[in-house]
Amino acid sequence: MKTYLVWAILLVVLATVPLPNEVPKRLVGSKIFTESVILGDMLQQLAEDADVPMGHLRELGGTQVVYQSLKNGEIVGYVEYTGTIDEEIFAGQKISNAAERAEQLATDGILMSSPLGFNNTYGLAMRADRAEALKVSRISDLGRIPDLVFGFANEFMDRADGWPGLKQHYRLPHEKAVGLHHDLAYRQIEAGEIDVMDAYTTDAKIEPYELTLLEDDLEYFPTYEAVILYSQSIADERPELILAWSQLAGALDEEQMSQLNARVDLESESESFAAATFLQEKFNIESEMKEETALTRICHTTVEHLDLVRRSLIPAILVAIPLGILASKSAWLGQTVLGIAGMIQTIPALALLVLLMPVAHGLGLSSVGPGSATAIICLFLYSLLPVIRNTVAGLHNIPSAYQDSASALGLSSFWKLNYVELPLATRTILAGIKTAAVLNIGYATLGALIGAGGFGQPILTGIRLNRFSLILEGAVPAAVLALLVQGAFELLERYAIPRGLRVRKSA
Amino acid sequence: MNRATANQLRTNIGYVIQEGGLFPHLTAWQNATLMARHLGWNSENVNGRLAELAELTQLTSAQLQRYPTELSGGQRQRVSIIRALMLDPVILLLDEPLGALDPMIRSSLQKDLREIFRRLDKTVILVTHDLPEAAMLADQIILMSDGQIVQSGSYDELEESPSEPFVTEFIRAQSPINLANQDS
Repeated sequence: MKTYLVWAILLVVLATVPLPNEVPKRLVGSKIFTESVILGDMLQQLAEDADVPMGHLRELGGTQVVYQSLKNGEIVGYVEYTGTIDEEIFAGQKISNAAERAEQLATDGILMSSPLGFNNTYGLAMRADRAEALKVSRISDLGRIPDLVFGFANEFMDRADGWPGLKQHYRLPHEKAVGLHHDLAYRQIEAGEIDVMDAYTTDAKIEPYELTLLEDDLEYFPTYEAVILYSQSIADERPELILAWSQLAGALDEEQMSQLNARVDLESESESFAAATFLQEKFNIESEMKEETALTRICHTTVEHLDLVRRSLIPAILVAIPLGILASKSAWLGQTVLGIAGMIQTIPALALLVLLMPVAHGLGLSSVGPGSATAIICLFLYSLLPVIRNTVAGLHNIPSAYQDSASALGLSSFWKLNYVELPLATRTILAGIKTAAVLNIGYATLGALIGAGGFGQPILTGIRLNRFSLILEGAVPAAVLALLVQGAFELLERYAIPRGLRVRKSA
Repeated sequence: MNRATANQLRTNIGYVIQEGGLFPHLTAWQNATLMARHLGWNSENVNGRLAELAELTQLTSAQLQRYPTELSGGQRQRVSIIRALMLDPVILLLDEPLGALDPMIRSSLQKDLREIFRRLDKTVILVTHDLPEAAMLADQIILMSDGQIVQSGSYDELEESPSEPFVTEFIRAQSPINLANQDS
């Protein structure tokens, strides 16, 4: 028993020892597309200029994730679009003017700035050559060609002001609409896999991909004026911050925004550099640039990734082994425990993350951002099944001779478990932990969907910017880490598996 | 009989299950002393008792430090017996100790067992299907069929005055003459 206690204490220490944390207390956020990230960087740089230390939770997620984070106080501000506020955040509230919008926001403790100047509305895009061949220039023209394939960003597929409303408004007969990642849609449309995609009017990729925006002739899409949303509390605490941010009001027109997007999407500039250049040219504000080299970035993401893994995997091991032991002792309990763990495994990661966000917030833990409790709880849940299952299997597969032998000796059930069953099941239990660890490392990349950091972050950014090297920067270390962990477990087996089970009969 | 009295009875019987049932992850020493340590014996008592039994079964302390897979079949059997005798039970019970062994090894292990039983000075109950083995090891044979005692006595008594035809049949079934008949 002592050995197990020593192991458990070691693991708890390993899971809880704090890492040096550089995340500033106050954060702005951004959604998972280039424009939002650039604007987030601007908010951050303006804050720093006003001597308000500020971090930036980049590519935090979709509208709901970012808005909830603001409402929950995880971030203090981000840039949103009026159309999105009316149609998605407050869908069903029938907001018709700015006053009603402000009123609704105020109920969540959120304030809204004046518009930044540009209107980034939705539009539908087609390849220019294809549109010409089919004689399509307006959205209503699409009704004539019912077998076109539509590919929309997942958000657009579902939101009230997206595809369902559009289809109804224009009475479009099309059935084939697939949901995909916005940045992948460009490649799909270029390859001719899809014919029509959703696009933003400030989108930098429309030109290089030779797309044409279809005219919204029946005026379906509302205006999407960019505004800064910020919390009432930050406005009370640091009014100078709001003053600094208000410089952006009316400062950015569509063309400027589109150019900034192009600098990042097409000219491979970093978002923060594009933001800084704009602020420098427009307001003569010098921003301190903290550009990371690829190496420091990899070190940084590795630490974040390992942090997610250790803080989820280790508690999972400590919970799953006792659960597995209990489950192996009672058929009823075994069915229940394995059933629940198996069911959790089937919940898609993104759904589980979104479901867990209010849970983490309710527990008073950070629900988004690096090392967020949401991601850790999610990974914890995913890691349970392999360990529970192997613990049960390991204990069940002990040859009956040893069980009988223990009973014949008269060992109490505790001694039997401790000195006979667990040692004999060690190999199987360790194999379960190894599986959980490797899966966990893979799943942890999905934490980036809610800004949890780790190797998923460069992968998501790489997909967004169509930069293969960035994707590799996340994917390769993740694979290497999985291999290293696998190797480490093979070494560990030499120590943890009792010698008598390893020695071969000496001839 | 409740759980507690059952355990009390159990510690009065040293039980060697089929094929010994030694735990493969424990050394011979750990196997033999597991129950005594469970009961909280001090190390002096544990080592003293073990020394007696090692002497009885002629195992060296080096052999006791090995794992079951590192021991020969005979050594393993002796470790099983040490383990069963550790708490000094009233009765030693062996369930087909030589079940699935080839005849040569079996014969040598039988001699081994006879030596140990002779020196042990305890009641030994040995379950076997092999009548010659029973004859060689036991003073008294109890022949059972379907859970009922058919006859009890020495081998000679069973052979010379069988209580029912089944006894004779059972003896014949295992005699070499019968094998010869089958061959012809």
